[in-house]
Amino acid sequence: MTEPLQWARYHWQRLTGGANRDDHERPYSYSSLLACRGKSSQTPKLAGKHRIVVPHLQPFKDEYEKFSGTYVNNRIRTTKYTLLNFVPRNLFEQFHRVANLYFLFLVVLNWVPLVEAFQKEITMLPLVVVLTIIAIKDGLEDYRKYKLDKQINNLVTKVYSRKEKKYVDRCWKDVTVGDFIRLSCNEVIPADMVLLFSTDPDGICHIETSGLDGESNLKQRQVVRGYTEQDSEVDPEKFSSRIECESPNNDLNRFRGFLEHSNKERVGLNKENLLLRGCTIRNTEAVMGIVVYAGHETKAMLNNSGPRYKRSNLERRANTDVLCCVLLLVIMCLTGALGHGIWLSRYENIPFFNIPEPDGHVISPVLGGFYMFWTMIILLQVLIPISLYVSIEIVKLGQIYFIQSDVDFYNEKMDSTVQCRALNITEDLGQIQYLFSDKTGTLTENKMVFRRCSVAGFDYCHEENAKRLESYQEAASEDEDSAYTPSGSLSNMAKPRAPSCRMVRNGPLGSISSDHLTGSCFALGSGEGASEVPHSRQAAFSSPIETDVVPDTRLLDKFSQITPQLFTPLDETIPDPPLETLYIIDFFIALAICNTVVVSAPNQPQQKIGLSSVHGMPIKSLEEIKSLFQRLSVRKSSSPSLASGKEPSSGVPNAFVSRLSLFSRMKPTSPVEEEISQTSKSPQGSGNSACPIETEKQDSNVDVTNGKVESLPGQPLASSLCYEAESPDEAALVYAARAYQCTLQSRTPEQVMVDFAALGPLTFQLLHILPFDSVRKRMSVVVRHPISSQVVVYTKGADSVIMELLSVASPDGPGLEKQQTMLREKTQQHLDAYTKRGLRTLCVAKRVMSDTEYAEWLRNHFLAETSIDNREELLLESAMRLENKLTLLGATGIEDRLQEGVPESIEALHKAGIKIWMLTGDKQETAVNIAYACKLLEPDDKLFILNTESKNACEMLMDTILKELQKKNPVSPEQASSEALHQPPAPPDSGLRAGLIINGKTLEFALQESLQRQFLELAARCHAVVCCQATPLQKSEVVKLVRSHLRVMTLAIGDGANDVSMIQVADVGIGISGQEGMQAVMASDFAISQFKHLSKLLLVHGHWCYTRLSNMILYFFYKNVEHP
Amino acid sequence: MAMNYNAKDEVDGGPPCAPGGTAKNRRPDNTAFKQQRLPAWQPILTAGTVLPTFFIIGLIFIPIGIGIFVTSNNIREIEIDYTGTDPSSPCNKCLSPNVTPCICTINFTLEQSFEGNVFMYYGLSNFYQNHRRYVKSRDDSQLNGDPSALLNPSKECEPYRRNEDKPIAPCGAIANSMFNDTLDLFLVGNESDPTPIHLERKGIAWWTDKNVKFRNPPGADIPLEERFKGTTKPVNWVKPVYRLDPDEDNSGFINEDFIVWMRTAALPTFRKLYRLIERKTDLHPTLPAGRYYLNITYNYPVHSFDGRKRMILSTISWMGGKNPFLGIAYIAIGSISFLLGVVLLVINHKYRNSSNTADITI
Repeated sequence: MTEPLQWARYHWQRLTGGANRDDHERPYSYSSLLACRGKSSQTPKLAGKHRIVVPHLQPFKDEYEKFSGTYVNNRIRTTKYTLLNFVPRNLFEQFHRVANLYFLFLVVLNWVPLVEAFQKEITMLPLVVVLTIIAIKDGLEDYRKYKLDKQINNLVTKVYSRKEKKYVDRCWKDVTVGDFIRLSCNEVIPADMVLLFSTDPDGICHIETSGLDGESNLKQRQVVRGYTEQDSEVDPEKFSSRIECESPNNDLNRFRGFLEHSNKERVGLNKENLLLRGCTIRNTEAVMGIVVYAGHETKAMLNNSGPRYKRSNLERRANTDVLCCVLLLVIMCLTGALGHGIWLSRYENIPFFNIPEPDGHVISPVLGGFYMFWTMIILLQVLIPISLYVSIEIVKLGQIYFIQSDVDFYNEKMDSTVQCRALNITEDLGQIQYLFSDKTGTLTENKMVFRRCSVAGFDYCHEENAKRLESYQEAASEDEDSAYTPSGSLSNMAKPRAPSCRMVRNGPLGSISSDHLTGSCFALGSGEGASEVPHSRQAAFSSPIETDVVPDTRLLDKFSQITPQLFTPLDETIPDPPLETLYIIDFFIALAICNTVVVSAPNQPQQKIGLSSVHGMPIKSLEEIKSLFQRLSVRKSSSPSLASGKEPSSGVPNAFVSRLSLFSRMKPTSPVEEEISQTSKSPQGSGNSACPIETEKQDSNVDVTNGKVESLPGQPLASSLCYEAESPDEAALVYAARAYQCTLQSRTPEQVMVDFAALGPLTFQLLHILPFDSVRKRMSVVVRHPISSQVVVYTKGADSVIMELLSVASPDGPGLEKQQTMLREKTQQHLDAYTKRGLRTLCVAKRVMSDTEYAEWLRNHFLAETSIDNREELLLESAMRLENKLTLLGATGIEDRLQEGVPESIEALHKAGIKIWMLTGDKQETAVNIAYACKLLEPDDKLFILNTESKNACEMLMDTILKELQKKNPVSPEQASSEALHQPPAPPDSGLRAGLIINGKTLEFALQESLQRQFLELAARCHAVVCCQATPLQKSEVVKLVRSHLRVMTLAIGDGANDVSMIQVADVGIGISGQEGMQAVMASDFAISQFKHLSKLLLVHGHWCYTRLSNMILYFFYKNVEHP
Repeated sequence: MAMNYNAKDEVDGGPPCAPGGTAKNRRPDNTAFKQQRLPAWQPILTAGTVLPTFFIIGLIFIPIGIGIFVTSNNIREIEIDYTGTDPSSPCNKCLSPNVTPCICTINFTLEQSFEGNVFMYYGLSNFYQNHRRYVKSRDDSQLNGDPSALLNPSKECEPYRRNEDKPIAPCGAIANSMFNDTLDLFLVGNESDPTPIHLERKGIAWWTDKNVKFRNPPGADIPLEERFKGTTKPVNWVKPVYRLDPDEDNSGFINEDFIVWMRTAALPTFRKLYRLIERKTDLHPTLPAGRYYLNITYNYPVHSFDGRKRMILSTISWMGGKNPFLGIAYIAIGSISFLLGVVLLVINHKYRNSSNTADITI
């Protein structure tokens, strides 16, 4: 019931003018989230002004009245009407609709006696009935919102009361600007506030913003500078500063202001200090802050948006037809009037049948003609099919109903079905010509799964693991249950510690409210929020399918040979049987440590497991500290992809920043300790009072893993360690290593602790990390092996690169060399096999360095880091120096699993003549791999790769490709240049199928004005286009370009926040619900749960909707115009 | 949106709850209606169904058309224009309004005898009885004998509602413009004096009009004139409504000429039944072939709007008056579909074996 209501309401609203649009249909402004858009704030009336916030306390009473008195409080009202203004306002809005105005005009016209044609009272009836029905609908809808508002307004939070000198429970609606609020873990933030205190010793507070921007990872917020050092909670009574900040705006990524202490000292505020309404406090026991924006002035509310209204093509077409009808009507009436006048003037005398006016006068022919005109308008009113609009709406309502009740769209796992959010473009679904799809999470599940590996030339195909993956779909729910049972119990344990969480935790109510806060309530209907509960959490931490790897039995057998004694002789010359075992050990150690994974325990408020070891960090000398700093700076500088264009909120940089800040804070106080290993655990318990459970758990974890061979769901505690990785592949590898009892326990900038089955816990001193970059296509870690005390380089990277870096001549004699060559060949075979199966392959290699070698390299590297000119090149060179003479350990095959039914759907859509573009931020190799896997590209397709560095090169390349294409698909040049743009040639099965791969940089050139045309022409000739490394903005620009220049119907489908702009630009935007938060769904017109549903949605429902609706419209014109 | 990690409890218990608090599955019902699987029949046109249809239509329609056409042709009809615009016409003198009453006589000859009942019509041309306001200008409750409406006619009758402060009965423009020529038919026999043909005045209106829709004001034993007391005649009329016919059953509102006139014609050229000439015996034709003359009391002015006046004599058949169109239409449709059938048969025969003939659809 709710959706039809909303639909109707918005449909009426759509016709309402701009006046009330401003305050009710605020244009969706997600775009402002994209920093590159540069869109400014949308509240001009307050722009330029500042707001001063002073605490709502006794000493500032006067000042408070002066400033904060005018700010709105936290009560929200999203309803449109009040009891008093309902009737006039509703009528006013309804008469904004052209159809109603026309009806009204006719009714009024009929009241004019001279032209009246029908009974006056009767003509009023239909209008009155229609208006009443719509008014009742609007009223009900508004009442529903009123109730929801009331629920939210009456949520309870802890506000400092100056009377009672403590925090008391108060409703959200009573929170005002200047109030101090104290929140506990997992509570929802009631208003935008500046963070003044966090129980976290580093002054960090984690918030989850998934309700706001759909990003499911946790974000960090920082306590205002100056308050961090305070050990105890900030006492509101003593808070004497005032805050000056910008006036409310809807830019989620901007907050500027300063905090002025009573001594006129100013501390700058930025968005890192702001807690946004609607977000949830995570992993932080308690926080305290002062409210700066409340109610409708919060950023969340300013970003609020309802469903959008797109007008379908068919409707636009029908509108022009209706306009033609109006024209026809006027012409007919004019003809009638003119004819009447002429006919009357033909008679000299008055004939019997021409009746004089009631008063006996005979009107002149001209006047008679004039009256006749209006009379005829009344008489011929049916010519304009006004009922058409009402009927179209009702029919669409029915279509929506049928789409939503299609059982094929039901997703058992998520208990969700398709959601139609834009309710009037159903028939456009049947007209799609171009489909733009995101890759990750849309085509693939975004779950990297370890499939198989090859170690020391032996392929371990992990049959059991493959079986598990196959059977996963069926067993999914049970799997999930069993995986979460232990965590459930853990969280139960955590409960008593945070009693105040309960008020926002009371199930459905809480989830609605947070929905509402963040603006999704209008669109999602009431049930949505609840259904999201499991997913976002699941997305934040890896799902069981990724974490549970069933070990290969053969490999496990070999594992059993591992004993600590293996290392006691520590003699590399001992040949054969142990060598393979050594390889295996090294391989898994490399998997576990050669990455940037952050270890966390998801069920604990305190996240940082590695933190404790920071206290006992083994820093040997000042020099080492220095090198640490250099390392950090290298990491920062050698990851330009993070710095440019990407949101700082994408998770990784945040983690990085936190590490950085952590480190810098630690520096002055860090004790210099010699002890390296085993110290890490003991200070954790004492130093970190916040998480006793965790310590306990960790200990037991170690015990268990030592004792048993299997570490699968039967062992709850082991699986409760969570790995947050930069890329899901890394996490997959770490999880794979864990399955073989090689568990990554903690990671700090200084050391990595791995719990290796038979060898017990190993602590690797982390000497250096050479992070991944796209030029080298590999990453390395340099560690000091705890057992052998050697400096070991573990490298992991693309097979093509690693293979070239392997040592040609082994120092250990010809026998080993031969073995290496064999190993290399075998591994290469395995790699080829993996690639054929669509797996993402990685090679793992190692190199043992002598201390002197390392020292020399370090010196050179230091030079490279400090040089100003050619720094990048020097660093690259330095890396090259390190990563050579490698010994191949093995290779891995990781599957980014395609979603179920994706290849079939893409094939069907291709067959239907829909062109599919894949727009992804991923690397080219990955994107192409997936494109092949999902049958977007066929193996015998001709691929054209656009990957250039300059505009001219891009132009030339496109030219060449075009010429080549023209040669193969001969089309006359005129046709190619003129018609090609509007009538894309090359039907899918015309001999040559061409695929175009273009990367982000080249795309930028191609999107420039001068090359647009060429690019489009080229793209139109290719049956599939893959854009890799595309930014969200580029995605939307591509869609916009294709849509406007080719004049085609476009559809964009995506699941993440980065697809939002693309979804909004396309004619039809489809969001995949479930994977990456709600943002894409919120922006979309339709939300489905899996890509495979798209084919039925487009090819069946779209087709039906279109034919049915167009037939109905045709019939309407037939009925109204032909037979009025 | 995840509220907190403790929400896992919910997951273990089952699907998340709807806000109502009741756990419900959102799976749509798998019913024929919701899944759009209701039985439907969509005819697929193939040569096998279309060709026979065309032939059958042709075979049925052509004989029907021929039958109707022949029947229509057998109907005798004669039409005499007596408007008198032609100076040689005997009625030409009546065009000037000065001559009252003007009587003119028109001679005509029936070449063939008229058998069975003969119907006499008057026809008017260029008379827009379908004018929107003309059609509305009547008061049906007055015509139905409602006493209050008799004295207070509807406003629709304006400006023919009241005359000299008296309500007009019958009011309105239709009644006011009633046809008031008198036509008499004489057979010029072999004898010197012509025999008048008996024209039946009753039985020309619909039964429902005469008995239901039109009624005189109440009062069975009161003379008709009394019942219309307080009203005045329409402006153009010579005599009041209760003097339309000497027979009281055919006078007042139930006068059949009046009733026929009040049923307005849809087109500007129309004919209305004026009199019946009933068949006397089976032996003699109703109107034997021979010379006749029509005696016209010329009252009705049509000259001002270029109207024409005609007198029509016609017999009827089972399908009504003379109407060749219906037969022609039947024959034409029948022939066309037969022809189409032949053409499609040829096409089908010729291209049956090419690849996509299986579904030649029309």
